[in-house]
Amino acid sequence: MEDKQVSGEAAPSGISVRTAEIVVAVFLLILGSLVMYDSVRLGFRWASDGPEAGYFPFYIAVIICIASLGTLGQVLFGKSRGEHKVFVEWEQLKLVMSVLVPAAFFVFGIQMIGIYVASVAYIAFFMVWLGKYTLIKSVLLGIAVSVATFMMFEVWFKVPLFKGAFNPLSFIGY
Amino acid sequence: MEEINALFHGFSVALTPFNLMLMVIGIVLGVLIGVLPGLGGANGIAILLPLTFTMPPTSAVIMLSCIYWGALFGGAITSILFNIPGEPWSVATTFDGYPMAQQGKAGEALTTAFTSSFIGAFFAVVMITFLAPLVAKFALKFGPPEFFSVFFLTFCSFIGMGKEPPFKIVAAMMLGFALAAVGIDTVTGQLRLIFGWHELMRGFDFLIAVIGLFGIGEILLSMEEGLSFQGRAAKIDMRIVIDTWKKLPKYWLTSLRSCIIGCWMGITPGGATPASFMSYGIAKRMSPDGAKFGTGMPEGIIAPETAAHAAGTAALLPMLSLGIPGSPTAAVLLGGLLIWGLQPGPLLFVEQKDFVWGLIASMYLGNIVGLIIVLTCVPLFAAILRIPFSIVAPVIIVICAIGAFTVNNAMLDIWFMLLFGVMGYAFKKLSYPMAPLVLALVLGDQAEDAFRQSMLISQGDVRVFFSNGLVGSIMALGLLMLFWPLIGKLKARMRNAS
Repeated sequence: MEDKQVSGEAAPSGISVRTAEIVVAVFLLILGSLVMYDSVRLGFRWASDGPEAGYFPFYIAVIICIASLGTLGQVLFGKSRGEHKVFVEWEQLKLVMSVLVPAAFFVFGIQMIGIYVASVAYIAFFMVWLGKYTLIKSVLLGIAVSVATFMMFEVWFKVPLFKGAFNPLSFIGY
Repeated sequence: MEEINALFHGFSVALTPFNLMLMVIGIVLGVLIGVLPGLGGANGIAILLPLTFTMPPTSAVIMLSCIYWGALFGGAITSILFNIPGEPWSVATTFDGYPMAQQGKAGEALTTAFTSSFIGAFFAVVMITFLAPLVAKFALKFGPPEFFSVFFLTFCSFIGMGKEPPFKIVAAMMLGFALAAVGIDTVTGQLRLIFGWHELMRGFDFLIAVIGLFGIGEILLSMEEGLSFQGRAAKIDMRIVIDTWKKLPKYWLTSLRSCIIGCWMGITPGGATPASFMSYGIAKRMSPDGAKFGTGMPEGIIAPETAAHAAGTAALLPMLSLGIPGSPTAAVLLGGLLIWGLQPGPLLFVEQKDFVWGLIASMYLGNIVGLIIVLTCVPLFAAILRIPFSIVAPVIIVICAIGAFTVNNAMLDIWFMLLFGVMGYAFKKLSYPMAPLVLALVLGDQAEDAFRQSMLISQGDVRVFFSNGLVGSIMALGLLMLFWPLIGKLKARMRNAS
């Protein structure tokens, strides 16, 4: 499905699978090295009282590095290196970003003004921007979802959710 | 028959009006979760887990396991009517399910799918009823080396049976272990891998990973495909159901084979997804109509659905009897057990009889309730898919964020959820498997403890893992699984040479 074979000049452009493979493998390699570094700090040897704290993570990190080097080797020198498959087309990436970027703002919003208020804003924004709904409809639906979650969590199940650094709901006593 | 007595006791525990109500709620929620993109069995249960903290454990587990059954049923609806698998394990159902729906036989296809699911689950529950107590009794004699060997076998099976490139399976799994190691080391009390960032002291909760990887990752993937829902209408009435049921018995062999494949793949943590593909593949090879598979053969629905449900259900066997889950969803249920103050493992069968047998009895009841609900409410659930994605997507992300927050009441976890979402998107597209990552994250600390305790017992001698027949043979089986991809390659090369 996602592995669209690119053929000839009509090829859709985007990030190639090869690039993505390399990025992820290098990312894992860096992560593995970090873990190894900290394990060495903690001690990865055998002390008089048994294995030290870094013993297990150290070997885990070694295996991560070997496995990512293996993947890297396959991508760079393996049989499929001549193939040019597209990991994600620019058009698709734009769609994905149109979800991801507002989601990041939403999480930032939660940090500032809490889950309930941020949810209303996020749902309304998303519906107006991508769904082309009217502002009133969108805000009403956002409020409906927020009120429903509020009733469920705060009122019925008594599970308090995050109200943010500046709690805009403090006036109703929550 | 000790088990039968215990089971009837279980029915008396499970069959209260309150529990029956929870069952119905669980199934309906589960089907909803299964139908909606971005919400699945594992992350759906993870999100709802905090709501059960105040319930008695037996009722809580009944509701959560019913969500799981519901999600298993729900995946089939979207596969058949919309050609969109709501869950990974229902991908194989689209092959013959959607063509059948296109031919106007949607009702028949759905009835076939639901009935097969039911049969698969039922077979697995019967197996759990009789096998789980035996396994638990056996496992009571386990020491740290034996437990480590079971962990070892669990993780090696992923490599031996996974369809993904072995390097990627290993990398994903080890990433899970590394994430599990973050935080306070339980043995020495030292802080590990936090690089001076004290909020990391708690470590990474696997529920956050589940919500991010499966929930947010899935939303990003569905967004990419543009999402134009073009569904077939479905009508199910009693006549279609009965007509379909009359035709089903002649496929008994396919059913039985799929049940066995499913149970095997569920206990060894292959999981529901590979089970459904394997079962479909074998049915295609064995059936006299094999060539016609893909054009709308009922057998092509029976095989994957039966196996997926059998596997999904059987995954609870090692979770209950050994405390080692066979799938990400079973892992989430295991997390629930810990939160409700129950220690999973072989002792559960001795100390928490009400809980265990109540749960097993509820599996029988839950699947019957589920079958009735899905057969009667299909049009309702299909209508949900007609809600535009621009409404569904933000609402699901909001729900995921709430779920991620409630796990530890930590704001930072919502950020991690987003990060795991991006990772899930990239991993899925590059075929890094998610299940071993999640299971390694769940079991990492226990596996490490078992390893270190064994090492302490033996004073650092690795031969402790081969010190008796039991632990030695489990380890050997694990090693066989570990090198299975290599053995397969060698075999192929030898065949080419001759």
